[in-house]
Amino acid sequence: MIVDDYRPPRPWDRTPVRERGYFDLLGPGVVAVVAGRPAAPPGAGGWHPPTGGAWIHVGEEGIVTAFTGKVEVGQGTHAALIRAVALDLGVPARSVRLVMGDTDLCPWDLGTFGSRSMPDALPPLRAAARALREEIDRRPGRSDRPSDLGARVRGLRTILELPPAAEGEPAPPPPPGPAATVADDPTVVTGARRYGSDLRPDGVLEGRVLRAPTYGARLDSVDTAPARALPGVVVVEEDGFVGVAADDRRDAAAALEAIRARWTAVPAPDEAGIEEYLRTHPLDGDHWDAAAEADGDLPAAWDRSAVRLTATYRTDYIAHVPLEPRAAVARWDGNRLSVWLGTQTPFRARDDVARGLGIPVDDVRIRVPPTGAGFGGKHGGAVALEAARLARAAGRPVRVRYSREEEFRFGYLRPLSLVDVRAGADAAGALTAWEFENVNGGAAALGSPYRSRAHRLENRLARSPLPQGSYRSLAAVANNFAREGAIDELAVLLGRDPVAFRAANLDDLRLRRVLETAAARAGWDRPLGGDGRGRGIAIGREKDGRIATVAEVTVAPDRRVRVDRIVTVFEAGRVVDPDRLARQVEGATVMGLGGALFESIAFDPGAIRNPHLARYRVPRFSDLPEIVVELLDLPDQAPAGGGETPIIAVAPAIANALYAAGGVRLRRLPLLPTGRLPRPPAGPSGPG
Amino acid sequence: MADPPRILRVNGDRRPVRSAPGRPLLEVLREELDLTGTKYGCGEGECGACTVLVAGLPVRSCQVRLGEVGDRDVTTVEGLARDGALSPVQRAFLEVGAFQCGFCTPGMLVAATALLRAHPSPSRAEAADALEGNLCRCGGYGRILAAVARAAELAREEGREP
Ligand code: FES
Ligand code: FES
Repeated sequence: MIVDDYRPPRPWDRTPVRERGYFDLLGPGVVAVVAGRPAAPPGAGGWHPPTGGAWIHVGEEGIVTAFTGKVEVGQGTHAALIRAVALDLGVPARSVRLVMGDTDLCPWDLGTFGSRSMPDALPPLRAAARALREEIDRRPGRSDRPSDLGARVRGLRTILELPPAAEGEPAPPPPPGPAATVADDPTVVTGARRYGSDLRPDGVLEGRVLRAPTYGARLDSVDTAPARALPGVVVVEEDGFVGVAADDRRDAAAALEAIRARWTAVPAPDEAGIEEYLRTHPLDGDHWDAAAEADGDLPAAWDRSAVRLTATYRTDYIAHVPLEPRAAVARWDGNRLSVWLGTQTPFRARDDVARGLGIPVDDVRIRVPPTGAGFGGKHGGAVALEAARLARAAGRPVRVRYSREEEFRFGYLRPLSLVDVRAGADAAGALTAWEFENVNGGAAALGSPYRSRAHRLENRLARSPLPQGSYRSLAAVANNFAREGAIDELAVLLGRDPVAFRAANLDDLRLRRVLETAAARAGWDRPLGGDGRGRGIAIGREKDGRIATVAEVTVAPDRRVRVDRIVTVFEAGRVVDPDRLARQVEGATVMGLGGALFESIAFDPGAIRNPHLARYRVPRFSDLPEIVVELLDLPDQAPAGGGETPIIAVAPAIANALYAAGGVRLRRLPLLPTGRLPRPPAGPSGPG
Repeated sequence: MADPPRILRVNGDRRPVRSAPGRPLLEVLREELDLTGTKYGCGEGECGACTVLVAGLPVRSCQVRLGEVGDRDVTTVEGLARDGALSPVQRAFLEVGAFQCGFCTPGMLVAATALLRAHPSPSRAEAADALEGNLCRCGGYGRILAAVARAAELAREEGREP
């Protein structure tokens, strides 16, 4: 890596522009620095967090080095951003390199989540690239060859300071030629690529951490003397943290075993009591500080309803299961700390670590090595702080790598959601009343894209007894599962076609186009042949992306289910890198399948019962349906993020297909914890 | 760990190792020999990230003890390229873009190599079956199967071992 031996006295994001060592690190040339932008005021439509801007250096060799605070954890933005910079600069992608998530060198960033990489990082990078192009074009020797680019910046030490980039896109980029394609890193296939868990600085020790047996348990007493008596073992006991480090992982494990600790568990519900618990435990204090939004005259809307639905939809706790568990390597150089950490939020990790250790932020550097995925599960810097504490005491580098079981138990989960829906429609097929309340899941995609006469939305944040946090698309899966299930139920009650019913209640033309394209692509109007077959559709709008998914399923006579085909149409504004975006959509579809069909965290009070892959099933090759992906490109719209929204319509499309095929309405994720569809209740049955 | 060094045959080399015979092969490769291409994903035989070849057969190196390997040849992902040239399977994965985070890729490459050496032209279903024990949490299964098909084609065209 280019930056291995260079460390500025203070992180660049905390240093005045003119004092940053751009030229010390990268040699003479021209740098464009685009300032960060504060958060947009509330009510600006959508979520606009602050961003840290971007900087790009063009050096004498014609090498372009761009910096962003976003990270790459498998979502392909590294390639997409390089492609964008190369196009605006008019150089081949191979002469551009991109440094991501190094807190000493990169612009500050809130974190890589919320599908914000394109909306946050693309405008400032493009603004910097375009300013550089203009500046360089003013110099003699115009040519597009990167070597000439270098010749024209020779001997310069010019910094172009630019204001914050406007949101959206400055102008359409030039059309991509073949040189814009960003090749995949060959070290992925040679095995030479070093992920965080592969890094081994000289003299590194292996760290292990004492863990509470149940969440929130209080450490009453601990006796570390037996561990301290072992040769070559470092023991740290500070601020409630107890950990050990030794040359070898096994020695560290043995030392941990030798520690005697007494814990007192806090009361927590079991699985049977979880719904009741969440409904009676507001997050803050004893009342619901609910964010409610309402419009229209609900009683009047109910009066006009020809059909009414009242239902609760539930999604279970599930785990991210990134294939690489959490890992951090910490090294102290004097009183300055470096941590290599696979995280989605390096700058937050920097703050967490500095605060946890009581040292200045300027002395902490977080670097993000290649990371074996995140899916929203790798926020923060807990593991970095663990490694840093041990390394400080040991006087040697320490790495802490979670076991798979630790990854399950000491990360956090996607929240369990309960969504209460009350909805009605009139005889003409127009939605009347729409009441929608999520308990514990969160607000993402809480708002409905459908028009109704009156609505009420509420988001009740509860106090979860299991640790919960971000997950790919946050609550959008839960909310979309409930909404798209309820819409399907209303269509059934009215005897209307689910596609036509949706289209008739949508004002969002982009979403309608996505819906209609998916229906056409899936052959919605042609009957599905075969016994036990059914088709379902679901749509959604989130993070300014629009999605429609059609699922086709077969229910066998023994009620086993096979998902045969998934057709997804996705629109996220302009497509920056079609191949990387397609990978995201395909991958999100497969991941969505797991949460839809079988993924679920089982638990006893305060403890996960299935923290192993043998007992927590994730999608495998045999679960793979035929997947058809179509990307709609809107060249005059700014690119929206693409990593999350493609997951949100998978579960409801499958649930709706199961209803069509098997006559059973399932309102809980996972849909098929036993692998089989229940028989329809006796009496008048749904469509067979 | 006071055992005398034994010889492990890895990727065509004879490497002295000091680990105890009971230590999982995965740890010996990663910790002692610094062959970190082989990944830890679960340590319980459930994910396939640690797949290597022992005497040409794919095994989960987290489940095999050093002592069980004896003098059989071990091939890790680092040993798939020959004389600096990527193998057809490696090239096919790059060509198809059959990964996202890439963490499952070494195990997939090794398992796919074993499959194609035994069955040069597997059907899609046969390939899926052979790779069933390898997880890709990024959900790249479709592309991985496409890459296996492409690798079979490349190996045939070039008359090379996959
Ligand atoms: S690490 Fe060996 S199978 Fe998962
Ligand atoms: S590419 Fe991430 S696990 Fe397969």
